[in-house]
Amino acid sequence: MSMTDSNWLFVSLFIAIALVFPAVPVVAARILGPHRPNPAKNETFECGMQTVGDSWVQFKIQYYIFGLLFLVFDVESIFLFPWAVAYQQMALFAVFEGLVFILLLTGGLVYMWRKGALEWV
Amino acid sequence: MPEFSFGDIAVYAYDMIGWALVTYGLDPKLVVIIQKFLAAFLLANFALLTPIFTIWLERKIAARFQDRLGPNRVGPYGLFQSFADILKLLTKEIITPSGADKVVYFVGPILSVAPVLGIWVVIPFASTMIGANLNVGVLYSVAIGGIGTLAIMMGGWASNNKYALLGAFRAASQLVSYEVPLILALLIPTLLTGSMGMQDIVLAQDTWFVVYAPIAATIFFVSSLAEIGRAPFDILEAESEIVAGYHVEYSGFLFAIWQLGEFLHAFTISALVSVLFLGGWRGPLADLYPILGIVYLLAKTYFVYFISMWIRATVPRIRIDQMNNLNWKFLVPLALAALVLVALVDKLLPASLAGSARAWAHFASNVGLMVIVFGMLRTESRRLQNLSLPAPVAAGH
Repeated sequence: MSMTDSNWLFVSLFIAIALVFPAVPVVAARILGPHRPNPAKNETFECGMQTVGDSWVQFKIQYYIFGLLFLVFDVESIFLFPWAVAYQQMALFAVFEGLVFILLLTGGLVYMWRKGALEWV
Repeated sequence: MPEFSFGDIAVYAYDMIGWALVTYGLDPKLVVIIQKFLAAFLLANFALLTPIFTIWLERKIAARFQDRLGPNRVGPYGLFQSFADILKLLTKEIITPSGADKVVYFVGPILSVAPVLGIWVVIPFASTMIGANLNVGVLYSVAIGGIGTLAIMMGGWASNNKYALLGAFRAASQLVSYEVPLILALLIPTLLTGSMGMQDIVLAQDTWFVVYAPIAATIFFVSSLAEIGRAPFDILEAESEIVAGYHVEYSGFLFAIWQLGEFLHAFTISALVSVLFLGGWRGPLADLYPILGIVYLLAKTYFVYFISMWIRATVPRIRIDQMNNLNWKFLVPLALAALVLVALVDKLLPASLAGSARAWAHFASNVGLMVIVFGMLRTESRRLQNLSLPAPVAAGH
């Protein structure tokens, strides 16, 4: 078995354990603890008020803009990681190419900033 | 039979189990699986049991910051307080609110612990001890850490509660935003090492990367604090505004699992900072006696953890617009600038300049950038002060 194979074997074993371990005490608590639901107890917490309408409502558009911004920068950083790994073997010219890429995205950030997309309203 | 070495006793035990099973007559491939499983089991236990101690530590230290005693009744110095809490929580009822999405409601907290635990796979404890020395270690830690956002979203959505939903949305916008400077700061150690493997990054730190890139280290630490939703970035569970945020409906041990995930995440982040910027397991004699590496790593981790507790006890919670401004208008541009600076300086410095001299040259350039940035901040704050002067009121009519 090669080195990388056994590495990913460890990762998969570990993730399986990581999913099971937190579930064990929850199951144990379900067995050990009482289980006596009643309508008043099961009401959602609203400081004593009845919830008005449905809880699963559509939400402020603001969050969506930040999600979009994040997507752009996340993809950018994924592209930058190979550049960073290869950096030590690169000539100055190749480094500048990477910097131009960063500069273009900075342009995007400045555009968003000027457009007021970064303001919380 | 593997050779005994005291300095590397953990690896010796690992090899010994493998050797014993192979001589017993098991298939070597199966033996590897058993070995890996045992190692994973031990590591998971270590990581999951650590919060029991850190919760006590945090309560004790937070109490000292506030001039209180903290837990001091159960056992010496209140050491057994966490165990008492666990026993109590185990016997409490888990209430499922009416109208909740049951499966998602139960999976949410479990899924918040699992990815944080998954980060421990790539943390090197010593020169010979690492769960899996992945060649994409840095990217793996970010990728798996990102699942935590999903877990919070699940918990908040499934609770059928408006406060919980509001908390979940706040969490999503904050965690997702702060991932950007976090990843950009991670690019700098990657770039200086030329590898994404955690063990390679530690091995490259003859001089700690915090000297090479103090700005990146600070950005990573601050955005990590935001990632774990810890004060001053705890708007996702601001008691005074949205009760308790995404876990308001959780009770009993399901609530404990959320707390476990949070404390484990805080400790994990401290370990990541130590590995990436503070030299990880490196220290005097750690190469000769790998077992010492664990001591150094834990010492550094607890130091970083202490600083995060200090910040938590000192700084008040920031508003949501301040949170977004700090991220998008300060940390992201600063991280980009620091990345450009390090990339340029490292190429322009002569190759003959090596070792700590090179590190301090980087440090000087970072300080230079910081001086410029603080100058800009100062001008900006003066401008804002002049803007917000109240309009003159006509008086004395």
